[in-house]
Amino acid sequence: MPRRPGYNWRGILPLLVGSLAATVLPLPDWLAPLRPDFMALAVLWLCLVSQRTTGLFVAWSAGLAVDALSGMLLGQHALALVIIAYIALKLQLRIRAFPVLHQTVVVLGLLLLSEFTLFWIDGVAGHPVTHWTRWAGVLTGAACWPPLTGLYARVALR
Amino acid sequence: MSSIHDQDSRPLLLEGPSLGLRLVVLAAAAIALMVADQRQQYLPVVRGWMSAAMYPVHWAVDAPFSAWRAMREAMMLRSGLQAENIRLDSQNLLLQLRLQRFEALERENQRLREAREGSARVAQRSLVAEILKVDLDPYRQRVLVNKGTRDGVFKGQSVLDAHGVFGQVTRAGPVSAEVIMISDPEHAIPVQVNRTGVRTIAVGTGRPDLIMLPYLPRSADVEAGDLVVSSGLGGVFPPGYPVGLVSEVVRDTAQPLLTVRAQPLAHLDRDPEVLLVWFDNVVAEPVEPAAGAEDAAPAAVD
Repeated sequence: MPRRPGYNWRGILPLLVGSLAATVLPLPDWLAPLRPDFMALAVLWLCLVSQRTTGLFVAWSAGLAVDALSGMLLGQHALALVIIAYIALKLQLRIRAFPVLHQTVVVLGLLLLSEFTLFWIDGVAGHPVTHWTRWAGVLTGAACWPPLTGLYARVALR
Repeated sequence: MSSIHDQDSRPLLLEGPSLGLRLVVLAAAAIALMVADQRQQYLPVVRGWMSAAMYPVHWAVDAPFSAWRAMREAMMLRSGLQAENIRLDSQNLLLQLRLQRFEALERENQRLREAREGSARVAQRSLVAEILKVDLDPYRQRVLVNKGTRDGVFKGQSVLDAHGVFGQVTRAGPVSAEVIMISDPEHAIPVQVNRTGVRTIAVGTGRPDLIMLPYLPRSADVEAGDLVVSSGLGGVFPPGYPVGLVSEVVRDTAQPLLTVRAQPLAHLDRDPEVLLVWFDNVVAEPVEPAAGAEDAAPAAVD
């Protein structure tokens, strides 16, 4: 493959579209609050594990797509994702050397930050969601990290 | 096979603006978008196109579910169909009987309204829209339907189902529209207690089986079992459509207001399709509060 500048869209796009679909996939009522933020996980994976294939703009556009998809305030997820993508890219080299469990803790922190950004914007925009189950998705998201990295890696390294 | 790893193409040394600068620019763009979107008049077109661009994802997620539904309908056994047919037949008979009375009542109502020089608003046109089986925000009671501005859907349009008022359109894209249900905590609908004519507002709670009537004074004549209908004030919803049944009235002598719970009549959480309706005069005549109070008082006495 010739080396061209720019992103590898063929690798990234299916992942992003899949995450979009997972974001709105109907779940039973008891399971819905536990739904992790799949797009945040995908962006984190692109930033942390894959090697410099992604940047802030991808995270930003992915966030915007999530907003349009789920009828949220336009730009809400874009801001949350661009912030965690920035931190992930900054720490990329260090985090990639961590064992999976250690990585999971970092991911938990980043997901928490992303959810807090969304929570804060909800509050500023005048329709706060204060129900505690809002934070449950962060935990399940972090719990999804080890199996998802395994799965993503298998698909990507095929 | 190309993978993400073997095509690592960006140079090792960063080119262009630094990461920090890009973060600032993108974050500022996101904030600008949010501000523009919050003041809704600036962005509806952009929003419309973006929702149209996202429609394939919605459609693809919904597709297996609607295919399953269609298949189940196609595979229904003859005996099942016969039983359903008999049931529908008897239901039809019953409805026609009721309709006969209803038509007489409607004519009488029309006459009375003409005498009062009021204007009756009756549904002119309606359109069946399917609810797409996708989860939007789990904390808001909203659904996506498969009709949009191409079909004439507009923001603020009222949405009914076979049993009562369902909600209203909050955002209309070209091919899809977002509907806020009457049970959303941010939704309020002007209503009237059918038995006594007492007017108030019903607000959602976030649960599909519960709405509240929080602004009734302790002296208001409301009982469990009362039918609550839309009052038509505010001009969004047509008057006289069933909204809910009062399930509980708590009279606490220490509180100036009643706690009134009601159950929505529309099947908010299990409707596969809803009706989008158009009325002949959507903009209601402005009602002065004093006139409204005068109107309500004699009705409550009668």
